[in-house]
Amino acid sequence: MLKIEAILQPSKLDAVKDALLEAGIEGMTILEARGHGRQKGHTEFYRGREYTVDLLPKVKIELVVTDEMKEKALQAIIGAARTGRIGDGKIFVSRIEDAIRIRNDEHGETAL
Amino acid sequence: MKLRSRLKQIFAVAILTVPALALAQPSAPAPSGPATQEQIASLQAAVQNAQSNADNAWMLVSAALVLLMTGPGLALFYGGLVRKKNILATMMQSFAMMGLVTILWAILGYSLAFGHGNSFIGGFDHLFLRGVGVAPNTDYAATIPEQTFMVYQLMFAIITPALITGAFAERMKFSAMAVFLSLWSLVVYSPMAHMVWGVGGFLNAIGGHFPSLDFAGGTVVHVTSGVSALVTAIYLGKRLGYPHTAMPPHSMVLSFIGACLLWVGWFGFNAGSALNSGGLATSAFVNTHFAAAAAALGWTITEWIHNGKPTALGAISGAVAGLVAITPASGFVEPFPALLIGLIAGAFCSLMVFEVKSRLGYDDSLDAFGVHGAGGTLGALMTGLFATKAINSIFGKDAPTGAADGHWGQLINQSAGIAIAWILSAVGTLVLLFIVDKVIGLRVSPEDESTGLDLSQHGEEGYDLNS
Repeated sequence: MLKIEAILQPSKLDAVKDALLEAGIEGMTILEARGHGRQKGHTEFYRGREYTVDLLPKVKIELVVTDEMKEKALQAIIGAARTGRIGDGKIFVSRIEDAIRIRNDEHGETAL
Repeated sequence: MKLRSRLKQIFAVAILTVPALALAQPSAPAPSGPATQEQIASLQAAVQNAQSNADNAWMLVSAALVLLMTGPGLALFYGGLVRKKNILATMMQSFAMMGLVTILWAILGYSLAFGHGNSFIGGFDHLFLRGVGVAPNTDYAATIPEQTFMVYQLMFAIITPALITGAFAERMKFSAMAVFLSLWSLVVYSPMAHMVWGVGGFLNAIGGHFPSLDFAGGTVVHVTSGVSALVTAIYLGKRLGYPHTAMPPHSMVLSFIGACLLWVGWFGFNAGSALNSGGLATSAFVNTHFAAAAAALGWTITEWIHNGKPTALGAISGAVAGLVAITPASGFVEPFPALLIGLIAGAFCSLMVFEVKSRLGYDDSLDAFGVHGAGGTLGALMTGLFATKAINSIFGKDAPTGAADGHWGQLINQSAGIAIAWILSAVGTLVLLFIVDKVIGLRVSPEDESTGLDLSQHGEEGYDLNS
């Protein structure tokens, strides 16, 4: 089992969600987040004072998939979220030890 | 010239008579014979009554419009400009004035402002509103009930201290704020209102030592609140983290709505200051609107050149600056000078905010001085420059009003009014701040300041999205 965490532009959320559903991924968690990578921030002006906003609004999608689904899920996210410009986001993949369905105590991949 | 106006008169009479004749034909013949004294008297009473009712209707609407400027107008304008942890506290400061100043006005404030006293302050003859009923007070407004005049002036007394709250936003205790501004309304506002508008006032345009022109409160409202704001901001010190920490407005949308409500409410403020519903009110209404529009443009253009982008906050701040500057002039100038006053005020106030504030380093959080103090002072001066007897012959039928009529001495009278407003506000505010600081303490603790005034002062939050 693998956990895929993808940080995306908020405007790409709907496209990514649809692509994942199409790829057969059924569950996901979405978090509103703030952050920046190499994109850094932007500046805003209020009554002549310049403010640097370096933590930009992002969304983070978390999903746990079986090893076989990994490539399909990653391609779905990349395909939907890429614009080719700086600030498109990042994906992190990590191994998951176990999963438990609270309703009936199922463990492992059957719980996904 | 003479012939033309004669022809105009004949033409007007003809136009008026033709339909009257047409209407008169089918109706019953009018009772013949000369009208009796009784009939004339009752006709006069009916005419007077009609005028009084018309004026009263406009003045009551105006009073409501001026209250609209404080809540919700100013409360939203200021509320949007602070960080979201302070929105309720900021709005409450304006709302508290609606309550506190009303009570003080009924007990003492009205009498100190408009009672018979000396040149500097009114007396106690209207204590607890004694003698203030539905009969007009001919000293001020002969066609409306004195209670209408009283409640209309009360709305000015409410908004003036509320304007100061912009300077000390996000760091003053609620208790200290309530005591400070209550005292301020009696110690600074009432005397200033008496000097400029009260019977026998030192600066009263009719019979004062320095007859200064202030149609709707350029000195009484905006210079006093703006200068007091500056003094308070300096006395209180900067907010924690200013200017290194970013403190951008948390909701430009709220500020936008607030500023637009201020614009609309200002028609009551300025056009209502005619104290009747006649031509002077129209003149003030048009000037008010023109100045606001031109000032929005003036600020926006300056900002565009200065910072590269025309911001929404710039446009609305400019409109407010123009409304401030036209306030003293609104019933004295013609529409094109009003446009000019607005344009200059928008550019001038924006530079006060962009350049002067950051150079001097004080933390006038929401620019109460930069907009009201600077705009009010500029407006009061330009009133002396552009005032004309064509709009308001306040000094007598053929006497010149301002420099536009060649009466350059009016600039001295205006300067006297401005100087007195500055001195009274600065000294009065400093003394009151010192007393309240010693007795209650003005500032919240650093912990309370970082928590935010909503939670630390009121135990609630403006936005609880989890409930």
